[in-house]
Amino acid sequence: MKFVHQLEAIIWKDFISEFRTKEMILSMCLFSFLVLIIFNFAFGSSINLDRGMIAGILWVAFVFSGLTGLGRSFNLERDRGTLQGLILCPVSPWTIFLAKLIGVFLFTTVMEIFTIFIFSVLYNATVLPFLVPLGLIVFLGTLGFTAIGTIFSAISATAKARDVLLSILFFPISVPVIIASVKSTAIILNGKSFQMIFPWLKILVAFDLIFLLVSYLTFAYILEE
Amino acid sequence: MTKKFGYKTALRNVDIFLQEGDSLALFGPNGAGKSTLIQVLCSLLPPTSGSVRIAGYEAGQDREALHQIIGLIAHQTFLYPHLTAYENLQFYGTMYGVARVNDRIAEVLDLVGLSGYRNDTVQNFSRGMQQRLSIGRAVIHDPMVIFLDEPFTGLDQQGSKDFIKLILQFRDQGKTVIMASHQLHLGIELCNRAAILKSGNIVYLQDVAGIAEKEFNQIYAQQVGEDMLPLKVA
Repeated sequence: MKFVHQLEAIIWKDFISEFRTKEMILSMCLFSFLVLIIFNFAFGSSINLDRGMIAGILWVAFVFSGLTGLGRSFNLERDRGTLQGLILCPVSPWTIFLAKLIGVFLFTTVMEIFTIFIFSVLYNATVLPFLVPLGLIVFLGTLGFTAIGTIFSAISATAKARDVLLSILFFPISVPVIIASVKSTAIILNGKSFQMIFPWLKILVAFDLIFLLVSYLTFAYILEE
Repeated sequence: MTKKFGYKTALRNVDIFLQEGDSLALFGPNGAGKSTLIQVLCSLLPPTSGSVRIAGYEAGQDREALHQIIGLIAHQTFLYPHLTAYENLQFYGTMYGVARVNDRIAEVLDLVGLSGYRNDTVQNFSRGMQQRLSIGRAVIHDPMVIFLDEPFTGLDQQGSKDFIKLILQFRDQGKTVIMASHQLHLGIELCNRAAILKSGNIVYLQDVAGIAEKEFNQIYAQQVGEDMLPLKVA
């Protein structure tokens, strides 16, 4: 029970802080909106011809905007000097990691819902018939990149060039998750059957489990450093 | 215990033994290793060699159990600026598994004189008020051992007086207090033992109960140099 109470307390604290400042959500949503607008201007209406490309644009918006949120996850704790206070509590590093992951995951999900809405308007993409499979892909893809991103956010929080370091660490490792997410989203947006995305979903589930396992095994050492 | 940062040795062969209820003042010039020692004792930093054991708990191995019995008041307040005083204490109370947390918060706010500000966000607090709330945060779980790293930073005269009373209260309750400070007179007034650190070495560790301030100033000057004698701040 202690684990659950501590988990809830960290998530609640992050949500109250975010609700009062709206720093993370606003910057993430604004960033994703700008990405969609820029690609819309660049490709114009011809984009409607290639669903694979618009799936890529959607995930570029998700991942790049998500990265701004990931960066803030531990940076804010470090900047406010509260990370040591958190570490001083009788709490397992895994609880801190999980709470931070859930927080970032939920903030990113809010941004993604907003992005899908803007995306469907700007790119004339009908997402309503594919909402369940698309939701599943977005869930698994987001879990993957936020899990590994939370670890790298904690690693880079102590570095001077932390934003650059986070990007350098994050993108190469998260490539399998991004590729699987883009490919499966393209299949769904092309109106093909749900069975066709199974191989990609298996890759997503596998990488999600690997990233969570790696996080579980390494986070205590990262926090100590 | 030794602590190194790369090639730099911050603490060298530090060996301290305290009984329950002892209070230790740590003195030394800037960079002597006082804050590092407190961070290692709180298991915020791992020692490079040697070990730290508090109440039978080994720092590093029994991290969670150790953190349950210690409280730290440092330069940084560890408070969340966008949460209210009550919410900050509620958060830390929950993290420490404090029973009847609402009653305890009321008690602690009363103790630090912030009962009237419970619903104000911390970002609107003055530095002194934040430091008072930080004291409340550190004792919300009624710790056995209290670490104080320059605890008077940002406190006004009344705040300092109240805090001195609080430290004496902790001592009367049998809590172990370890305090790093530049204020020699306060250190020897509040603690029964004193240690002087110089370049990461403990050069003096003695009982100071009953020792006069002037006498201790001479000891300090002998150990770290006359020119290193800290200015007395009221």
